[in-house]
Amino acid sequence: MNNTDLKNIKHQKSLDVYKIREDFPILETLVRGKPLVYLDNSATTQKPRCVIERMTRYYELENANVHRGVHRLSEIASQEYENAREVVREFLNAESVEEIIFVRGTTEAINLVANTFGKSFIKEGDEIIISEMEHHSNIVPWQILCEEKKAKLKIIPFNDKGELILSEFEKLISDKTKFVSIVHISNSLGTINPVKKIIDIAHHYEIPVLIDGAQSIMHTEIDVQDLGCDFFVFSGHKLFGPTGIGILYGKKNILEKLPPYQGGGDMIKSVTFEKTIYNDLPWKFEAGTPNIVGAIGLSEAIKYVKSIGYESITVYENELLEYATNRLKQIPSLRIIGEASTKGPIISFIIENIHPHDIGTILDFEGIAIRTGHHCTQPVMKHFNIPATARASFTFYNTKEEIDKLVEGIQKVIKVFS
Amino acid sequence: MNDLRELYQEVILDHSKHPKNYHKMEDATHVAEGYNPLCGDHFNLYLKVEDGIIKDVSFLGAGCAISKASASIMTSIIKGKSIEDAEKIFQNFHSLVTGKIDKNFDINSLGKLAVFSGVSEYPVRVKCATLAWHTLINALKNKPGITSTE
Ligand SMILES: Cc1ncc(COP(=O)(O)O)c(C=O)c1O
Repeated sequence: MNNTDLKNIKHQKSLDVYKIREDFPILETLVRGKPLVYLDNSATTQKPRCVIERMTRYYELENANVHRGVHRLSEIASQEYENAREVVREFLNAESVEEIIFVRGTTEAINLVANTFGKSFIKEGDEIIISEMEHHSNIVPWQILCEEKKAKLKIIPFNDKGELILSEFEKLISDKTKFVSIVHISNSLGTINPVKKIIDIAHHYEIPVLIDGAQSIMHTEIDVQDLGCDFFVFSGHKLFGPTGIGILYGKKNILEKLPPYQGGGDMIKSVTFEKTIYNDLPWKFEAGTPNIVGAIGLSEAIKYVKSIGYESITVYENELLEYATNRLKQIPSLRIIGEASTKGPIISFIIENIHPHDIGTILDFEGIAIRTGHHCTQPVMKHFNIPATARASFTFYNTKEEIDKLVEGIQKVIKVFS
Repeated sequence: MNDLRELYQEVILDHSKHPKNYHKMEDATHVAEGYNPLCGDHFNLYLKVEDGIIKDVSFLGAGCAISKASASIMTSIIKGKSIEDAEKIFQNFHSLVTGKIDKNFDINSLGKLAVFSGVSEYPVRVKCATLAWHTLINALKNKPGITSTE
């Protein structure tokens, strides 16, 4: 058998969801006396035992500060921290570890770029393009920047199915456009945006692009070199890793041109009162003691996801999405918000005359966790002229039985309010 | 609490489906807007106050069952009451839904408001239950702007 054959066999391997569920201790718990049905994965994902155990082991056996001590534990901690960076590099297929910066999460990554890129390259009259479906974390940092620099924020609209209108994007581009920042998969609509196309268009005009991968990272394989994006950001907690850790990937030649974000220890080579020499990449952007255990936990999570494999994850999650969409569509008073032709396993919906909060609370009585509200995307709510939606978001440990429970739960909600 | 009927009592469901005093008031003396950005609950509250007495009260807007029922029941309870009494009722109601009510307090003295006692077990829903009341207090104080729960 040659390599390609082996690869095909690997790809055909279907995912054993019941076995996978055993890896997640929380999935065995009861909520309000009922087995937990966790359908709020877009907000945060649950953690597999290997991640929890790896982090415990770090604190039990390896804990020390990094890059600072000559003692053995500090050496181990530093090594593990930098190993984690290499795991992330390989995972994203970045060219070098210098391009991988540990941050607190997506929000901090975007703020870092808006601050540093903004400081150096944005001036009065310049324009930054985002879209109508951005998470607040990809709106507000740019708004703050625009206010400070008297620059302008331009918005790519989406159609009523929740798809970005690319022809409008091209119309927005001018020689004033200095940056484009776009969400890969929308957390409230589920839309998978054609980011590669967007990047190509922007690059045609030599405009750098940031991709908000907060939602895409758990569903799709990311190859930053193939995408060609200048920045890619995501949060560890949405990839089965811990909270408080996230990744900023940036192309080295751009990162090198940016000023530091925060000042402090670790980000310097030498300090005198006259002059400070900044550290090399990636540490230039990592001031202060980092989230060491977070980075190590994240790298363990990445290894776990890779052991399942994105190919089988995507196939399985598409099945869940299709099954759930079909079942929910059979409920007459229910309307799905976000019907793009390509979607991640995220379904926002509303029910006639029933407020999403009431849906959420009644489902909670059944042990079913969904999200209700505006999902930090108020402009999306405004587009559809609704205050909020209920949202079920799936991942590879969810089952069709859980979707059945969701549907039963929704029927119960409708009955309570009939 | 595991029975959802304890939270969504019939009275609450009735009021949310058929709210009382649910209309705009053209000759209001006090008007205020209440907004809960977290869930998008949004109400306008209208009051006619004469000599320290709430002669008339109405509301209009959209929200979840808890917030709508609370607004509806509030309007029917405070109509005809003095401002002072209304504020006192709110204090007791607030203690009730935040679970801080005195053990010896007779819940029945709150009348219909007692149906909201289940809310105290749902901290995130407390804001829904109190939005109309906070808006009322601000309206009475003639505080400008939108009353927000955040
Ligand atoms: C699309 C998107 N962008 C950004 C974020 C912000 O992520 P974090 O809160 O982890 O910084 C989220 C998380 O909700 C998201 O879904």
